[in-house]
Amino acid sequence: MLVSNNSEYAVTVKDLEKRFGSFQAVNKVSFQVRRGEIFGFLGPNGAGKSTTMRMLCGIIIPTAGEATVNGFDVFHQAEQIKNHIGYMSQKFSLYEDLTVEENIDFYSGIYQIPMVEKKNRKDWVVKMAGLDEHRNSLTAILPGGWRQRLALGCALLHKPPVIFLDEPTSGVDPISRRSFWELIYQLAAEGITVFVTTHYMDEAEYCDRLAMIYRGELVAIGTPDELKVKYMNNDVLNLECLDPFGALQAVNGIPEIREAALFGRGLHLAVNDASSSIPIIIKALQERKLVYTRLEKIIPSLEDVFVSIIESRDSSAGL
Amino acid sequence: MNMYRVIAIIRKEFIHILRDPRSLGMAIAMPILLIFLFGSSLSLDVDHVPLVVWDQNGTHESREFIGRFTASRYFDLNGHVTSYAEIEEAIDKREAILALVIPREFSRKLESGRKADVQLIADGSDANTATIAIGYAQMVADGYTSSLLLKAADQQGAKRVKIPVEVQPRVWFNQNMLAKNYIIPGLIAVIMMVISALLTSLTIAREWENGTMEQLITTPLTPSELIVGKLTPYFAIGMLDVVLAVLMGQYLFEVPLRGNTALVFGMAALFLPGALTMGMLISIMTRSQLLASQLAMVLTFLPSFLLSGFMYSIANMPIVIQGLTYLVPSRFFIVILKNIYLKGAGFAIILTEAGILLLFAVVLIVVANIKLKKRLV
Amino acid sequence: MDAIKAIGLTQKFGDNTAVKNLTINIKEGEVFGLVGPDGAGKTTVMRLLAGLIAPTAGDAWVYGCHTVEDSGQLSNHISYMPQRFGLYMDLTVQENIDFYADLYNVPRQIRKEKTAELLAFSNMIPFRDRLARNLSGGMKQKLALACALIHTPKVLLLDEPTNGVDPLSRRDFWRILYKLLEEKVTIFVSTAYLDEAERCGRIGLLHRGELILFGTPDEVKTHMSGVLIEIRCAEPRQILADLRTKLTLVSAGLFGAKIHLVLSGEPNQILEMVKNTLKEMGVQAEAEIVGPSLEDVFISMIRPIEGSDASV
Repeated sequence: MLVSNNSEYAVTVKDLEKRFGSFQAVNKVSFQVRRGEIFGFLGPNGAGKSTTMRMLCGIIIPTAGEATVNGFDVFHQAEQIKNHIGYMSQKFSLYEDLTVEENIDFYSGIYQIPMVEKKNRKDWVVKMAGLDEHRNSLTAILPGGWRQRLALGCALLHKPPVIFLDEPTSGVDPISRRSFWELIYQLAAEGITVFVTTHYMDEAEYCDRLAMIYRGELVAIGTPDELKVKYMNNDVLNLECLDPFGALQAVNGIPEIREAALFGRGLHLAVNDASSSIPIIIKALQERKLVYTRLEKIIPSLEDVFVSIIESRDSSAGL
Repeated sequence: MNMYRVIAIIRKEFIHILRDPRSLGMAIAMPILLIFLFGSSLSLDVDHVPLVVWDQNGTHESREFIGRFTASRYFDLNGHVTSYAEIEEAIDKREAILALVIPREFSRKLESGRKADVQLIADGSDANTATIAIGYAQMVADGYTSSLLLKAADQQGAKRVKIPVEVQPRVWFNQNMLAKNYIIPGLIAVIMMVISALLTSLTIAREWENGTMEQLITTPLTPSELIVGKLTPYFAIGMLDVVLAVLMGQYLFEVPLRGNTALVFGMAALFLPGALTMGMLISIMTRSQLLASQLAMVLTFLPSFLLSGFMYSIANMPIVIQGLTYLVPSRFFIVILKNIYLKGAGFAIILTEAGILLLFAVVLIVVANIKLKKRLV
Repeated sequence: MDAIKAIGLTQKFGDNTAVKNLTINIKEGEVFGLVGPDGAGKTTVMRLLAGLIAPTAGDAWVYGCHTVEDSGQLSNHISYMPQRFGLYMDLTVQENIDFYADLYNVPRQIRKEKTAELLAFSNMIPFRDRLARNLSGGMKQKLALACALIHTPKVLLLDEPTNGVDPLSRRDFWRILYKLLEEKVTIFVSTAYLDEAERCGRIGLLHRGELILFGTPDEVKTHMSGVLIEIRCAEPRQILADLRTKLTLVSAGLFGAKIHLVLSGEPNQILEMVKNTLKEMGVQAEAEIVGPSLEDVFISMIRPIEGSDASV
């Protein structure tokens, strides 16, 4: 498919806004997505992720701002956009009472795939989704992970240069999720731009760049590593111990600790300064005779970053 | 049965009902609308049936026989014809619904004391009217026959009968033959059957569809507590509907209520639990709101209209179908309401029917209890 | 006493065996995590334990009650939270809690205290009078948990309780769960999040209805087949593609800027080999042996069984 502009960016967004009545769903959001990039869009439910994505797909018209996708303007060229993107919604828009092949044929028709290419594309989707033995199975009986790959295949039938995935892995088990991400890396390697929303923090780590959206506003943007440095205004300590809940209670009264959360098998503690806090924490643990195996400053996880950003936003908003 | 849990269900169901004004509105507006529509349009009165006559006999007897028809208010003689083609034409032009053909040998057969047949041709495109018109014609013919028999007895018998016995069809309890007086009580029964089943058909299915049933099963809640708790609020709505229906009968259709008003409500209170449980049973079995409401509609609407004796007389049905009517609870409620409305009957007279309604309720509740297993599959 | 005991538990649906010969013991006050891919039979196990379905074969006891024979007793001791929790969307937060409190006959005074405590712990006090429909996904789950806990169950069965819940709500959720351990409540939780599984005392991996791994997270990790090596470098995608041609890998995956390689052999030799290969390629990279996450372990266990599901 023709790429209609040669710009470095597949998606550009400037001061994009969407209001539903008095509700500001998306508030002056700006960012750019490079070609071939895996761009993650992160945020809690209702933060404005899906609304932003739908504006970029030409499904809803923005209230104000500017945005282009593959060089096309979202206000005036929504139909061209639709021809140049693939979109996969949370609910995997497949017909459950159609077979795998019938679903593919249906989307081939929708995207007007030429007859000569049709068979090729179908084989490609079937192979990619690993559904060779299930060509004639009803979609309804396929496990979630397979349906998800089929939905992705259908969204890619017309070889779009940009693909939008709206929480593609929600409700899919970890093993299928990993397979799915391997597919996404393949696509990116072929030069397809992948724009993906998620609320799985471990998935966010897989993205090249991330934008965090909260209450309609863009609160952070950068590579996962940049986010961990730039947006954390406190240190994170990892405390591994035998009794995490006991430890949680032991450290709860310590004023230096800004946030304590169960994480994996231990605790993640947000403190202002790691070196001065560690002795205090050790003392508190010893008083309670709690055994710990490790207490050290770590690179925060994206979840730590996410929670820290949201909490500082909430406290500044007086919530 | 633990009353706290029953009350918990009742309270929750009331909240559901009150938070969903559209459904509540439907539950109240629908019976009013149905009674209004059916009450105004369903008229079983058939009179002034247009009639044409082909009198091949042309004798005094045949004219006397025809005279019996024209004298009755049920028939209007629209003219004489002389061929089947003309009959067909008259029916096509809707100048006649019924055609009477009196054969050439009519009077001869009568004189010789043999059975004389006449032919009736009815416009079957309006089957209902046709059936009723034929019924009337039958009645007229019967009257004529008995008068002939009397006359014959008179002629032959040495002893003269002082007072000639005359068959005079007379309708009791609804002297004016006003259809509405007899339709409205039946209609209340039929509509309440349909509405009750519809009201409850969604309740259990909704719990299944929303996944809340899976949760309820794991609580100490028992099936009977759930059923009683769910029936109660809908019983209240059902009774409200009955009150509205009775008021409409009284003031809109001006149907006289001869019997005791309290008895009407008492009997409704006996009828509703069974009807409501039927809807609930459907809901329990289908576990799908859409299917349950459709099934409740079909399973109550058709039998209540067709097999309850509301539209068609049960006595005229084939024997198998007659047997089936015993399974239609509205059949008994109709009898009860008509008795109270038209005859002013007291409790003693409708005891059997009341007993049957009670039996229905008990059986259905027991079955619902059994079917509402505390298991997923 | 074992809080949960199952012996040879089997559930067939027609020809399909959803749960096969499951035997487990869960101690009182333990947090047990059941993990496994979609369709592995997790939900069926939950339902069997909650007495929602009667097993085709085998027996299970929860808090001493047989799941079929003593199902009436059972319901007083357990709280089961299905995946689609039984919240009434047209009831408010408070009304939902009251409804479940009524069903369990929780006395007024205790109810008041527990409601206040649960709402405070889940940061939901401001939302008391909000309709459940208008809560976010995370709050719905927290409300669901509050409803399940209003009667202080002995055993809590949670079927993927945090699926699709944002990290903040997940943190609140687990805080509530850990608090229950003080009261010796046994928690049986199925989850798709493997970081959550790490928090459990013991975990079980269910695959195609069979429990293929069982033990503490550390015990389970010893089943990792092969050595996991993490490489940090620039241009990881290109480098992984090259490495695939040069090395015999058990599996490999990209994690953002990191590459994970799994190779079989003696750990130190393998690390040397990888480092040498990277050097030959002229790549600036850091490589080290890392402990596998549960996800790595499970994938290494399941992928070989599930040859047909290989997607790439």
